[in-house]
Amino acid sequence: MAADNVQTFTDGNFEETVIKAGGPVLVDFWAEWCGPCKRLGPTVDALAGDYAGKVTIGKLNVDENPSTTMKFQIRGIPALLLFKGGQVVESVVGLAHKDELKKVIDKHI
Amino acid sequence: MQPRNVVIIGSGPAGLTAALYSARANLKPLLIEGLEAGGQLMLTTLIENFPGFKDGIMGPDLMGDMRAQAEKFGTEIVRAHVTSVDLTMRPFVVRAADQEYRAKTVVIATGASAKLLGLESERRLMGRGVSTCATCDGFFFRGQEIAVVGGGDSAMEEAIYLTRFASKVIVVHRRPMLRASKIMQEKARANPKIVWALESEVEEIRDAGRNEVSSMVLREVQTGRLTEVPVSAVFVAIGHRPNTALFKGQIELDAAGYIITHDGAKTNVPGVFACGDVQDHIYRQAITAAGSGCMAALDAEHYIDGIPEHLQT
Repeated sequence: MAADNVQTFTDGNFEETVIKAGGPVLVDFWAEWCGPCKRLGPTVDALAGDYAGKVTIGKLNVDENPSTTMKFQIRGIPALLLFKGGQVVESVVGLAHKDELKKVIDKHI
Repeated sequence: MQPRNVVIIGSGPAGLTAALYSARANLKPLLIEGLEAGGQLMLTTLIENFPGFKDGIMGPDLMGDMRAQAEKFGTEIVRAHVTSVDLTMRPFVVRAADQEYRAKTVVIATGASAKLLGLESERRLMGRGVSTCATCDGFFFRGQEIAVVGGGDSAMEEAIYLTRFASKVIVVHRRPMLRASKIMQEKARANPKIVWALESEVEEIRDAGRNEVSSMVLREVQTGRLTEVPVSAVFVAIGHRPNTALFKGQIELDAAGYIITHDGAKTNVPGVFACGDVQDHIYRQAITAAGSGCMAALDAEHYIDGIPEHLQT
């Protein structure tokens, strides 16, 4: 599958890999205990394949990375935040179809 | 293209049990998961009333095992959401993503989804303190005061679960009496972190300009008096609505939108069967959903056996 294209973001690397990134970055905030996050996982993996080279796509575990989770006021997961130029340009909370997510991403590439 | 023997729509306990039985009957079923794959049990924690698991089992684990069991016997599972069906054609037509499937029988197991209060503020603050999933989002409200709206078993369960994180859980219910079963009510009432706002309705959810929940406005049903109560989250647990929009006008529904079944899992359209919460507003248990999934599979098998040979294209 596309898992090779999926990055792992952490409190430690967030500034470098997301905020200072050149192109758009999609971050999937998730946790092990969140059923819907597990449902969304394969969709995010598939998007990472589809947008390889165009959009950096990765996951951030909210349990292990509390400071980034707090900084972006995450209050519900799964939450997908799209960053561009260090700013949040889109956020989608809860489950979504792949096609809907593509529309959201396509506005920014 | 050869029509499928059985196309199952939905992947909760009803759909996966229908898949298991029809796979074991060698019908090579196709199951289309849907957006909320795994169904409502994916949002639960420990399930203590599914027979056979004497120490309980986690909802997502149970669903993972049911899925694996259905696959083991040859169910083909598609990760997609059905966009339309045509039950007037024979074979039936089911469309999902860019694919069109034709089927001799269709098993509808689309379940029910959480109802919302219908407030503008609720929609705007979804994921910003408003939630329908305590197990997903309770974590974010450690040490805070929060609310649960609803008076049924699910609301009690959520309230009790949320006391793990929250300092106080206010249960808001518009009637003087709870709908929940006695055992759940007793559990909730015994919990010192749970307080009650009965005969009250949520009028509005506020964010004080911060784009995250800061309070709710409660209206006392008797007097109409409004009170603003500071909370950092509102969990909505006011019941479910059946996922039947796809079938409206093609299959017989009751006034509340549930599919009407008779003589087992049969609907008014021969060859179309329904199981689980999409046709049950009374029991709504994992075990009854699984049981009715079994019935749907057996009914579908009998139906296929009865189709004259020359029509079995």
